[in-house]
Amino acid sequence: MTRLEATDVLAGKPSSFDVSRVRLDFPALSQIVNGSPVAYLDNAASTQKPTSVIETVTAAYTFNYSNVHRGVHTLSQRATEAYEGARETARQFLGAPLVEEIVFVRGTTEGINLVAQSYLRPRLEPGDEVLISGLEHHSNIVPWQMVCQQTGANLRVVPINAKGEIDLDAYKDALSRRTRLVAMSHISNALGTVNPVQMIVELAQQRGIPTLIDGAQAAPHLALDVATLGCDFYTVSGHKVFGPTGIGVLYGRLDRLNEMEPYQGGGEMIRSVTFESTEYASPPHKFEAGTPHIAGAIGLGAAMDYLTELGIDTIGAYETDLLRYATQCLGRLPEVRLIGTADDKAAVISFLLEDIHAHDVGTILDQEGIAVRVGHHCAQPVMDYFQVSSTARASFAFYNTAQEVDRLVGGIKNVLEVFGR
Amino acid sequence: MTDLRAIYQELILDHYRKPRNFVALESPTSQARGHNPLCGDRIEVYLMIDAAKIVQDVAFQGAGCAISTASASLMTEVVKGKTLAEARSLFDEFHEMMTGDTAAVPRDLGKLEALSSVRQIPIRVKCATLAWHTLKAALDEDSSQSPSISTES
Repeated sequence: MTRLEATDVLAGKPSSFDVSRVRLDFPALSQIVNGSPVAYLDNAASTQKPTSVIETVTAAYTFNYSNVHRGVHTLSQRATEAYEGARETARQFLGAPLVEEIVFVRGTTEGINLVAQSYLRPRLEPGDEVLISGLEHHSNIVPWQMVCQQTGANLRVVPINAKGEIDLDAYKDALSRRTRLVAMSHISNALGTVNPVQMIVELAQQRGIPTLIDGAQAAPHLALDVATLGCDFYTVSGHKVFGPTGIGVLYGRLDRLNEMEPYQGGGEMIRSVTFESTEYASPPHKFEAGTPHIAGAIGLGAAMDYLTELGIDTIGAYETDLLRYATQCLGRLPEVRLIGTADDKAAVISFLLEDIHAHDVGTILDQEGIAVRVGHHCAQPVMDYFQVSSTARASFAFYNTAQEVDRLVGGIKNVLEVFGR
Repeated sequence: MTDLRAIYQELILDHYRKPRNFVALESPTSQARGHNPLCGDRIEVYLMIDAAKIVQDVAFQGAGCAISTASASLMTEVVKGKTLAEARSLFDEFHEMMTGDTAAVPRDLGKLEALSSVRQIPIRVKCATLAWHTLKAALDEDSSQSPSISTES
């Protein structure tokens, strides 16, 4: 059996992407964990932060900090400029036509809850349907379950196939005159499946059904273009695109945002208030009650700038190579069973190691400084479909290397040895 | 540095591969369900307690990692034949060994001490204690209900 060397993965490639140089941008990656250099393969859970993001957040608090949209003083003006500048950065990053269509939220979860409560809830009647897929993260299940319980509507689930792909025929059949919204992920967090969102959106649009795409896993891997995609809502998390936690973006088409109720009441989201009535601000401020996560938004802007500078397509191509290499390496181990083998996949590998529990796999890998996620990945219905309680998941970012894949393979062999296999 | 070989020692792996008393009792006098939402592990502990308050039989069912399965298996071995008071005292001592301030073992816990190395990985301690918390819930049961416990509660 020929063994693919770690260096092969990059051999013959134009040197447009220098991973060793890129790694220097991430201070967390040069750490020693449990006696070994950390191999951070848990990027689908959260990503490490480049120095430019850390320094931008520090500067936001050190020099330019004040509340936004309020003061006439210089610091408030600087903070407002940086905060609204980040909104423009996010607009470009998502490919949204208008900056008013960019709402800052805490993350994808809040973006979905916002749409469930402010858009969908007033429009749902008993017997109406909300359509999701069997691949969804809990955050794209539970908010819809809640709004269905509140209104008497029904949650319908499009099944997946054995490769972990959405069954498109079943999806077409499930679209009905009672469907009020389609909510699906762009990329599955548990398996890495890239869903055919363009087709999903178009099929819904043909029937006049609005769509929400959960882009939490797509934003770090794919160039986004919500205008071309044509969805009504698209939402991402900052911490998964190398930005701060507690900040994310909800894109909503302006006509949708205009017809929606506010999500929360408070300062910032009003035009005028009396005890009798309140006139709400226009989008996006209508949906940003209270003092926002100012430094987080500014840090997110820096993260998006960083990704744009590297080139999303460049890192996407690198990750595709890395995924192919990792899939080959793990595929050679007879004890490994890959869960999720979609034709179109992002750099995520979910796997089982014989009957060894994923938590034991995770603990033993951690002793070599290899960080993987083990468990149900907040996607228990996906685990149920494959009839497993949990998997180990290695999820890659552009700063991961073929050498780290080799270490993962070595770590897996060590797990087998510890278990006497 | 964590000693993996101590955590995954032969005794643990043996009880993981061949769990003892791994069966659902037909008509237990009490039973309880345990759940670790962190990993999804579930366990059911069954007790047969006689009039003299002696644990005549104890068994478990469920799916879990090596540590939780071995801990449950070892637990059933040591608890069988004990009085209710002794079983409760074993819970306290095991709990102290796994979570107490010092690594000092309160008294000779025999083969249960094989699990003490798990202390080195705090996030996995709950794997070792899940079966015991479930046992305690079954011991405390007033026979009118089947309690559930969760490691995250």
